[in-house]
Amino acid sequence: MADVVHPGQTAAPVAQGPAHAHAHPAYLQHHFDTPPQQFDASKLGMWLFLATEVLFFAGLFCFYSIYRGTHPQIFHVGHKFLDVKWGAVNTIVLITSSFTMALGVYFAQTSRRWPLVICIALTLLGAWAFMGVKYIEYSHKIGEGIVWGKWFNPHKHGQAHGHERAAPPGAAQPATPAPPAPAAAHAAATGQSASAPATGGAVPPAQPGAPSGETFEVSQIKTAPPALPGGVVPDAEAGHGIDPYAAAQQMKDLQIFMGVYFSMTGLHGLHVLAGIIVLTWLLIGAIQGRYNSEYYTPIDLGGLYWHLVDLVWIYLFPLLYLIS
Amino acid sequence: MEHPAHKGEAHPAIGHLVPWTVLLATCVALIVLTWITVTAAAIDLGRLNLWIAIAIATIKASLVCLYFMHLRYDRPFNAIVLVAALVFLMLFIGLAMTDSVSYQSELYPPDSPDYAPAITSLRARTG
Repeated sequence: MADVVHPGQTAAPVAQGPAHAHAHPAYLQHHFDTPPQQFDASKLGMWLFLATEVLFFAGLFCFYSIYRGTHPQIFHVGHKFLDVKWGAVNTIVLITSSFTMALGVYFAQTSRRWPLVICIALTLLGAWAFMGVKYIEYSHKIGEGIVWGKWFNPHKHGQAHGHERAAPPGAAQPATPAPPAPAAAHAAATGQSASAPATGGAVPPAQPGAPSGETFEVSQIKTAPPALPGGVVPDAEAGHGIDPYAAAQQMKDLQIFMGVYFSMTGLHGLHVLAGIIVLTWLLIGAIQGRYNSEYYTPIDLGGLYWHLVDLVWIYLFPLLYLIS
Repeated sequence: MEHPAHKGEAHPAIGHLVPWTVLLATCVALIVLTWITVTAAAIDLGRLNLWIAIAIATIKASLVCLYFMHLRYDRPFNAIVLVAALVFLMLFIGLAMTDSVSYQSELYPPDSPDYAPAITSLRARTG
């Protein structure tokens, strides 16, 4: 099996001698004939797994696409809860960690043990930094009630509750058989005080130029034309300057964006955690000197996984953070 | 690969060695593209913004796949596996979107709070 030997190459341990019936490298499993066959099979298996991971995330991307297609206003307003700065930091961190991982594969392929160890350690550092930024983002959102489903209750720190999750009490008109929401929204658009939340005692932040501080009216959204039925905030062009905390009082179903955000970044974060476990295992093996130019397959496959994690984030970042 | 980036170092018996200069160049390109994406998002181009962002993301993803993941130097079948997964992903999302686009206006009449003018206006434009 040692027919491929290059000058200067570190020889991997070979199982030889009278105790072993046939000579083959120690890392060659018995159900493979040659190391190249094992390597190709391992790589193919890993790519098949990555294909399943792509489809795993595809479900959530489909969720995103359908909701953004049918309720774009939720996305145009909801993304303002996110901080682009942290998203960009995470992107740079992941790209750099992908680079250090690819460099680690390079060092493994050239049998340079300690540069390999350093590269894996740097990749791990990037992974932890990513989780740290995630923690900052998530804890801020949870603290301000910017979460999914019925717990969606955005309020800045120091403010009282944003609003009750019951149907907006702005439907001051007696409940009619027709959906009361359009009537209430029409009332809000014409500046009547029916839209003031009667319960919860919340005082939304006074918009500049508001005639009275106690009611928030859809028409006070800066640069926005009169509201459409249902209090829908119209367009991307009118999106600048919208305060999402205030818009949450008026808009229906804004929590769906937070559901999209937390499910997608949460699933991605779980993959980062799994990647941390894999990378730690690789780091231990690298320190023990298990990987060299003859056998670096685990480093290669672990690297492929980490690059997939980076790939998913490359798509998540613009779709969630960079909605204009 | 016959020429390692450094003389005299070990060469992998199996697989291909991507020079570290290529890896570094890819990393720099990715960071530059990230900066471009963030800057482009601040410029208001209407409906184009989404597609530009996705296009730049696809370029970045291609760089990661081809160079970091060695697909350019690898057996073509591995690339076929990935492309097949992407084809199925596009089928999945595409067909689901055509379904929701075609039924949207019938499910939600115009005076309903769930009326989505973006989709219905697309329908109106395409007849």
